[in-house]
Amino acid sequence: MEDLPLLSALVVAPAAGAGTVALMPRDRPNATRTVAVLTTLVVAVLSVLVLVAFDTTDAGFQFTERYPWIDDFGIAWYLGVDGISLFLVVLTGLLFPIAVIGVRPHHDPKAYLAWLLLLEAGCLGVFVALDLFVFFVMFEIVLVPMYFLIGGWGYGERVYAALKFFLFTMLGSAFMLVGILAVAFLHERATGVLTFDLVVLAEAQGAIAATTARWLFLAFAIAFAVKVPVFPLHTWLPDAHTQAPTAGSVILAGVMLKLGTYGFLRFGLYLFPEAAAYFAPALVTLGVVGIIYGAVVAAMQRDLKRLVAYSSVAHLGFIVLGTFAFTTPALSGGVMQMVNHGISTGALFLLVGMISDRRHTREISKLNGLQKAAPLLAGVFTVVMLSSIGLPGLNNFVGEFLVLIGSFPTRRWWTVVATVGVILAAVYLLWAYQRVFHGVPDDENASTPDMTRRELAVMAPLLAAMVFLGVYPKPVLDRIEPAVDRLIAHVEDSSGFSQPQIVAEGRSE
Amino acid sequence: MPVIAQLEPVATPGIDWFAISPLLVLVGAALFLLTAAALTTTTPPKGFYALFTVVSAVVAIACSALLWERVTDPTEGAFAAIAGAVTIDGFSVFFAVVISVAIALGALSADDYLRREGLDGPELYVLMLLSGAGGVVMAMANDLIVVFLGLETLSIALYVMAGFHLRRLESQESAIKYFVLGSFSSAFLLYGIALVYGATGSTNFSQIARFLSGNVLIANGLLFAGFALLLVGLGFKVAAVPFHVWTPDVYQGAPTPVTGFMASAAKAAGFAALLRVFMSTFELYRVDWRPIMWVLAVLTLVVGSFLAIVQNDVKRMLAYSSISHAGFVLVGVQAASDRGVAGALFYLLAYTFMVVGSFGVVALVGGRGDAAHDLSSYRALSARRPVLALVFTVLLLAQAGVPLTSGFLAKFYVIGAAVESNSYALALVAMVSAVVSAFVYLRITVAMYMSDADAMDGAPAGEPSPPAGVRVPPAAALGLAVAVAFTIAVGLLPSAVVDFTRDAVPVLVSVGP
Repeated sequence: MEDLPLLSALVVAPAAGAGTVALMPRDRPNATRTVAVLTTLVVAVLSVLVLVAFDTTDAGFQFTERYPWIDDFGIAWYLGVDGISLFLVVLTGLLFPIAVIGVRPHHDPKAYLAWLLLLEAGCLGVFVALDLFVFFVMFEIVLVPMYFLIGGWGYGERVYAALKFFLFTMLGSAFMLVGILAVAFLHERATGVLTFDLVVLAEAQGAIAATTARWLFLAFAIAFAVKVPVFPLHTWLPDAHTQAPTAGSVILAGVMLKLGTYGFLRFGLYLFPEAAAYFAPALVTLGVVGIIYGAVVAAMQRDLKRLVAYSSVAHLGFIVLGTFAFTTPALSGGVMQMVNHGISTGALFLLVGMISDRRHTREISKLNGLQKAAPLLAGVFTVVMLSSIGLPGLNNFVGEFLVLIGSFPTRRWWTVVATVGVILAAVYLLWAYQRVFHGVPDDENASTPDMTRRELAVMAPLLAAMVFLGVYPKPVLDRIEPAVDRLIAHVEDSSGFSQPQIVAEGRSE
Repeated sequence: MPVIAQLEPVATPGIDWFAISPLLVLVGAALFLLTAAALTTTTPPKGFYALFTVVSAVVAIACSALLWERVTDPTEGAFAAIAGAVTIDGFSVFFAVVISVAIALGALSADDYLRREGLDGPELYVLMLLSGAGGVVMAMANDLIVVFLGLETLSIALYVMAGFHLRRLESQESAIKYFVLGSFSSAFLLYGIALVYGATGSTNFSQIARFLSGNVLIANGLLFAGFALLLVGLGFKVAAVPFHVWTPDVYQGAPTPVTGFMASAAKAAGFAALLRVFMSTFELYRVDWRPIMWVLAVLTLVVGSFLAIVQNDVKRMLAYSSISHAGFVLVGVQAASDRGVAGALFYLLAYTFMVVGSFGVVALVGGRGDAAHDLSSYRALSARRPVLALVFTVLLLAQAGVPLTSGFLAKFYVIGAAVESNSYALALVAMVSAVVSAFVYLRITVAMYMSDADAMDGAPAGEPSPPAGVRVPPAAALGLAVAVAFTIAVGLLPSAVVDFTRDAVPVLVSVGP
């Protein structure tokens, strides 16, 4: 196990799969599909292997691999996972097969599958990269497959949505690239070593003056805030999510939004602890604004998919709040919430996709009484919806609760406002459920077919994960917490911030 | 005994033939092709001229490789040749390679184009080789006069090439425009040379540098006026804003393979001279010229990328985008450091493959008459020619600076150099303009990939989209394959090229008194 380059395999396997699919003849759709499904399954197995072999007691990076890439710049292919990235890797590994198996494209499956696999390679690359250059490459490369997926297989306004998505994110990354280069060269000026190694750069606090670091943090923060998206930069999200094909929405919400929140944790907090603490009030405020704004706007939507899209803005607000509260429960809750949101919102998008495939509309006003026509679909939707609302016993509750309880000591009033967001989530989702599923179906809705076995099989693992994480989150938290503690200690070391002790004692009881 | 005449042998400088071998190959090939075609009556087999040109370019590259061994040998290093008229260092060898690549790829693209347009013959290839030779002279020059000689050889051949498509009015217009404006810029350059000569007493780079390091000019207006005029002349060649106005019209009007060659070789040669003059000769005055380069870079980036958005003609889009690429190279120049120069060189090498490849695709899609360049001609190209569409997409994404392509590393390199020399604002402007340019490239991919459904909605099934057939002849396919392979290979494993550019920064070689 030790000498097996597991993480490289995680990145290379889907890329190789994408290449294979691209080279296969166009008139063999079944064969290409088999190759694609097998590839995602292999990657899923690999990601589970990482989970199994992960050492719970080790707070640092595990499975590290390093090969020189561009010597002249000190760039290396340096990969590793810790408790923060571990579950995102597993989430990505498991969500892709579901998206590939669960949704069939309406045309040109070959290119569609090739882009999806390339997307998987990029997403996994982001989560395992420990070199700023590798991270940036992966962070940027995911734009291309997603752009083509939205533009090629999306709905009505797909071209506009695809362009907006690409340009918004690229604009954010433009700032980050300058930031990355500045970090590396300022570090070189201070120490004489040019490197893009995250660990080296992060541990050399003091090599960059505090005021400079604040600017650099902002450069990174813009890129991540666009990707998350944090409140004023979110306008690309409703378009991209609504117009993307179902699998695209699942991956976009389930995995790609996490690139931003993960970036904040891994690069924002770790590289610039002092600056992160300095800007925390602003970011927490934006997170809370996002919670309320996302919920209110979601309640106003006429399009079911757009509603789910806006609910993401609200959910991601919780993660931002947790990230910048700097307490162990809040951060762990934030990490957990990244996984939970991936599962719940991914499932919601799959369900909305099923409804829209059956009814050819996502207008809430045109849907009614589906519960009578498709009881199974309604049942599954209920569970997923309740998970998204944060019902105790399901996954989202654990994450949101941890975020709120962890944020209260350091960000009291923000937490109070954020709690309102939990109630609002119930409002917009239950209201939407009522309108779509309750009542007597009219002629058009009465004949809606129920879920097929295949669809149920696709949803089953997601439902199982929701219940498992809601009832017994301990194994997950056990792996997240050491890494989170280490990160908070890192922030405490280099800024005036210190974690309130009450929280830590409360946890140890 | 009465002395009728005192015979004194004229001192002729020794010529190191090997040192200028890439140049000799290019010129020799051009002369051979011209003579042979004039003397023989039989038409050679199809594609002979292109093949001959490609082989000559490859031989020139091979000579450069041998020369590279010599200049990077620590015991020998860079040296001046032909009485200090030329410098043979990593820099000149590097540009000999870049320009030879542009010739080879340009010839591959031109081969079928000329036959399709009924223009086949040796002339275009001869001009291409000569023009390339002029570019190599500019890169090797160690004397302002030699720079001028190279520039004129390069330009005059290009004027003719731009007007090569006899039956296209735009082509004629392009040639005239290029010629008139180009002559003006040559005049500026020449006047700049005169002023610098007046200020320093020499046109030789080594002697100018020695003079400037040994003397402080109290009244330096003359020298600075010389700088400015040199910058105008060379800025015109590299199409830096505000000396760019000719670019869109000339690029659009010229035969498409020529446009590709012009955008790569002429720009590379212009930058070679610019770097040689400002980075090594006037290095002492970098405090004075850096702010000017800064302004030029910002203008070039912003104007190039924003004006590209509003175009509907793909050739014009690429013309404006080539302006913004020049801005990126200027970012490297502005850094005025070894890393900046190496970054600029990397950019030029990567850009050569991307731009010749891109115009190669445009030449194919343009079809008979070189006319179908509107964005609508690219509609649903992915359905008609999936591989060609993919190739173009890769080249366009590389130009946009998407990772895992050489274009990304090129941007990374120059932006890194800018950041290293504290030009943060410039780095940000450059990156934001890259996003603006990305919109342009995405518009083309939208046309190729995302308008098929729309086209199908309107037209009955089976009816092909505008211009029916896009033929991909083998020679052009080979050229595109090389361009894409290089773009991706360097994007994945750039170390070798990074080392190559790092060792190719210009060296100032001291030349006799």
